[in-house]
Amino acid sequence: MSMPIGAPTVPIARDRGGPAQPLLTVDRLVKHFPVKTGLGGTKAVVRAVDGVDFEILKGETLGVVGESGCGKSTTARLIMGLIRHDSGDLLFDGERIGGRALPLRDFRAQAQMVFQDSYSSLNPRMTIEGSIAFGPRVHGVPKRQAIERARSLLARVGLEPARFAARYPHELSGGQRQRVNIARALALEPRLVVLDEAVSALDKSVEAQVLNLLMDLKQEFNLTYLFISHDLNVVRFICDRVAVMYLGQVVEIGPADMVLASPAHPYTAALLSSMPSMDPDARTQVAPLAGDPPNPIDPPAGCRFHPRCTLVEPVCRGTVPPLDALDARHRVACLARQPGSGHALAPDLAVAA
Amino acid sequence: MSASEPGPAVAIRGLTVVFGGVVEAVDGVDLTLERGQAVALIGESGSGKSVTLRAIMRLNPERRTRIGGEIRVGGADVMAMSPKALRALRGRAVAMIFQEPLLALDPVYTVGQQITEAIRQHERIGSAAARQRALALFERVRIPSPERRLDAYPHEMSGGMRQRAMIALALACRPQVLLADEPTTALDATVQIQILLLLRELQAELGLSTIFVTHDLGAAVEVADRIAVMYAGRIVEEGSARDVVLDPHHPYTIGLLRSRADGALAKGTRLKTIPGSPPDLANRPPGCPFAPRCFLAEERCRVEAPPAVAVQPGHRAACWRTEAAHAAFQGDRAPVLADAAV
Repeated sequence: MSMPIGAPTVPIARDRGGPAQPLLTVDRLVKHFPVKTGLGGTKAVVRAVDGVDFEILKGETLGVVGESGCGKSTTARLIMGLIRHDSGDLLFDGERIGGRALPLRDFRAQAQMVFQDSYSSLNPRMTIEGSIAFGPRVHGVPKRQAIERARSLLARVGLEPARFAARYPHELSGGQRQRVNIARALALEPRLVVLDEAVSALDKSVEAQVLNLLMDLKQEFNLTYLFISHDLNVVRFICDRVAVMYLGQVVEIGPADMVLASPAHPYTAALLSSMPSMDPDARTQVAPLAGDPPNPIDPPAGCRFHPRCTLVEPVCRGTVPPLDALDARHRVACLARQPGSGHALAPDLAVAA
Repeated sequence: MSASEPGPAVAIRGLTVVFGGVVEAVDGVDLTLERGQAVALIGESGSGKSVTLRAIMRLNPERRTRIGGEIRVGGADVMAMSPKALRALRGRAVAMIFQEPLLALDPVYTVGQQITEAIRQHERIGSAAARQRALALFERVRIPSPERRLDAYPHEMSGGMRQRAMIALALACRPQVLLADEPTTALDATVQIQILLLLRELQAELGLSTIFVTHDLGAAVEVADRIAVMYAGRIVEEGSARDVVLDPHHPYTIGLLRSRADGALAKGTRLKTIPGSPPDLANRPPGCPFAPRCFLAEERCRVEAPPAVAVQPGHRAACWRTEAAHAAFQGDRAPVLADAAV
């Protein structure tokens, strides 16, 4: 039907739109949480996700980075339908999630999530084999077949079924439990796996083991990953593209090598230079940013990053920077990068010949 | 405990800590902290780094903990201290910063009250003077609008601000020794580097002797003069930060350095991992605790525990095969580190 670009990234039978169709399209997604503040109970809202746009292409790993409160986990939960969004659109392989062509139940069979806390995301009263087989059984797979598949998945993630299948979550180490969570996510043969800080709670030596496993599984099962993390080293290692979020919005998105090697947004640059140096002779001398990330209840006007930005100019306080294309694959929301924005560092407008 | 006393700030000899009679959390730790020095204790969860730190102030629960060995702070024997002497030690001579300030600070008192309480506990001083001291401390740790923040409750502050307030609390009685237990682990990246730089600056200015527990090599390199790597309750390698990171001699340190997903690694290559997981501390195998996971382990390693040997002056490693380990690291180092090497 369509021209294959390299190897097909998903089994053709389930692939509707062909390889060029993004697997997931997130369009102007908004989620505000109401909170009460003050004695009078004045209404306020946390603008957790405030107009997020991005696409995840088939077979790629998209990283989402940002500090706490930037909305990266809320975005993941909105995508999975764990919480309802206020406005905006979520398209999976071209179909609206929850629409007539793709009911939520069908979507969930194709998208799975792995959480940060490996213990609280498993049922403590169920053996791990039971936990892994539970999803397929709910979706109509006969018991024996589901158990068989659970055992082969356990073997695949490096846990010998004969030793581990009948164990309970508390009998496993953190790294082993996270392997169980990964096996469970794969039990329904999903196309999209959302990994929300899935390796953050693990010790470094175990984290490396799980990262290797994730890369192998991706290839073997033709998966697409949404990889949420605060660790830029890990993101650089595992992701094809990366989106940087700040206060509920995407401020920069592009190929990981490009964004992390020559960041276009001052916030991305600050995140990168905040990483501790590994060279005792070249320690960090000045903290790149002062203060904490501001409160998403009352985000600053104009560019949300302007109170902490080194490039700030008066224009930044009044104008919201759009997420503009720097080139075909790299987009950034910064007035200093936008031609004709009025910022002194802005490039000149291209003059039409 | 005046600064003129000779000898190291903290000296630990043969420390053992056993929980509930079976779990050997710390198994023979020797560590010396010279005055004005910063030592980082590095290790994974369960390696005994926090337990060692807490033992210095005897904070581990008395009833189910058996402690052996010797701990001296400024020459004074901590193991022999009476409850009263311990009270005088804690907060006064030795102060501690914890990982999670929201749990460590009292939620029902303002941070200002908590700091003045600490000062007045240890010194005869009026409440107005104590508050003045607290205000100066807040300015010192660079909390914006310090006067107003003194009257804030912990939950009213942001994560970075709370950690600054806890540092101010720890410094309230001008301690000689500062113990920090994963002080930046719960913080965001841009805030973590601010706190690391603040700790480094305070340490240099106030001449503090600091022990800094972390699992993050990068954070350790930023603040520490010396690094001690712990595994299964023992220090497996100790030396200057430079030596340990650029010229490691223990296979575990080498494994930790190699498994980092650093910029030095090409995309698509596999990370070099340490196989397996740490041993069960209630059931220690004989020999070197790292042997089952070690890429260099031989017969002797499984039978006999290696003693710490000096590989260079001021740099020791507890391994039978330091030469082979060192050669393996040199032969396969990441290109980025090659220029910076000794």
